[in-house]
Amino acid sequence: MSSSRPLSPHLQVYRPQLTSALSIFHRMTGVINALGTALLTWWLVAAAAGPSAFAMVQGFLGSPVGYVVLAGWSLSLFYHLCNGIRHLFWDAGYGFELANVYRSGVAVLIGAVLLTAGAWGAGLALL
Amino acid sequence: MAEFTLPANSKIREGVTWPAPEGAGTVKAFRVYRYDPDSGETPRLDTFHLDLDDTGPMVLDALLKIKSDVDPTLTLRRSCREGICGSCAMNIDGVNTLACLRAISDSRGAVTVYPLPHRPVIKDLVPDLSQPYAQHAAIQPWLKTDSPTPPDHERLQSPEDRAMLDGLWECILCFCCQTACPSYWWSEERYLGPAVLLQAYRWLADSRDEYTGERLDELDDPFRLYRCHTIMNCTNTCPKGLNPGQAIGHIKRMLVERRD
Repeated sequence: MSSSRPLSPHLQVYRPQLTSALSIFHRMTGVINALGTALLTWWLVAAAAGPSAFAMVQGFLGSPVGYVVLAGWSLSLFYHLCNGIRHLFWDAGYGFELANVYRSGVAVLIGAVLLTAGAWGAGLALL
Repeated sequence: MAEFTLPANSKIREGVTWPAPEGAGTVKAFRVYRYDPDSGETPRLDTFHLDLDDTGPMVLDALLKIKSDVDPTLTLRRSCREGICGSCAMNIDGVNTLACLRAISDSRGAVTVYPLPHRPVIKDLVPDLSQPYAQHAAIQPWLKTDSPTPPDHERLQSPEDRAMLDGLWECILCFCCQTACPSYWWSEERYLGPAVLLQAYRWLADSRDEYTGERLDELDDPFRLYRCHTIMNCTNTCPKGLNPGQAIGHIKRMLVERRD
């Protein structure tokens, strides 16, 4: 009876790989992006509700905690964008060679950080 | 629903420690998964200390040394000891590979050895592979034709068409990739997995096969094929250097292209 047999260890023993790590990041950032959309909705609804509600949301988003949340959300968005483009290349049949999988994976990580830094640099300069 | 932790009967406890033989030169520790179905006990991790000066260079040599000199009850599959039979596939230092192709010197500290991940364990390092074998049979891995066989010669193929099968025919069905795939861990009852899909593509890519359309119909399914999320652990672990992830990509492309 296979049901009485133990299950061999999987997540517990499999050494983390760049391949699987970037894949689970893609799924996690997808969830974070959706949650961030709720934040955006809160901000828009507050703007429609009146000056005092809007000031409260602005106060939160402008606080140190708000900056951390927004920075995290933007990093999540840019990671998901870059890795989504990587997936489009795969869907078109390119970039499956193992060396290229690693190259594009590192490029996605660097790209996400650079785009986040660039967006914040541009945004803060306009303040 | 994916179950991320091990069931109670599968939790691993610390096992027996075997000392190095007297007068040993270079000692190396081997941490080996053990499960005895007759004992009624949960799996354990035994530690064997071997004298590397008296052991062959590969992890398979060490396991056979343990079996012949230390603990004859250690159970594993092996046959060719040269990477062509696929029997000694197991998880070594956290990555699936063939024990006969993995050098002991590739491990810095102790060598840890588990059976292929997320499989029912029959005994020690022997996993139950009947599910992937049944999935392999389900894709009908043989030449399917309607046209009559030529009476005076075999079904011929141009060198270019034959080259389409390179990187596919070399698969030895060791299931290192199949059991390295998180998607297969969570959906193994419905997702065919990288090894079986590479074999499915091997017949789709064969110019002599006349059932391409029917084969694609069978694969066009949210689970059988599309549970592949291009994680690429498969290609990352293949001991033969093949690319199951790319083969699956080719199948997805064939399905898109036939819609035009």
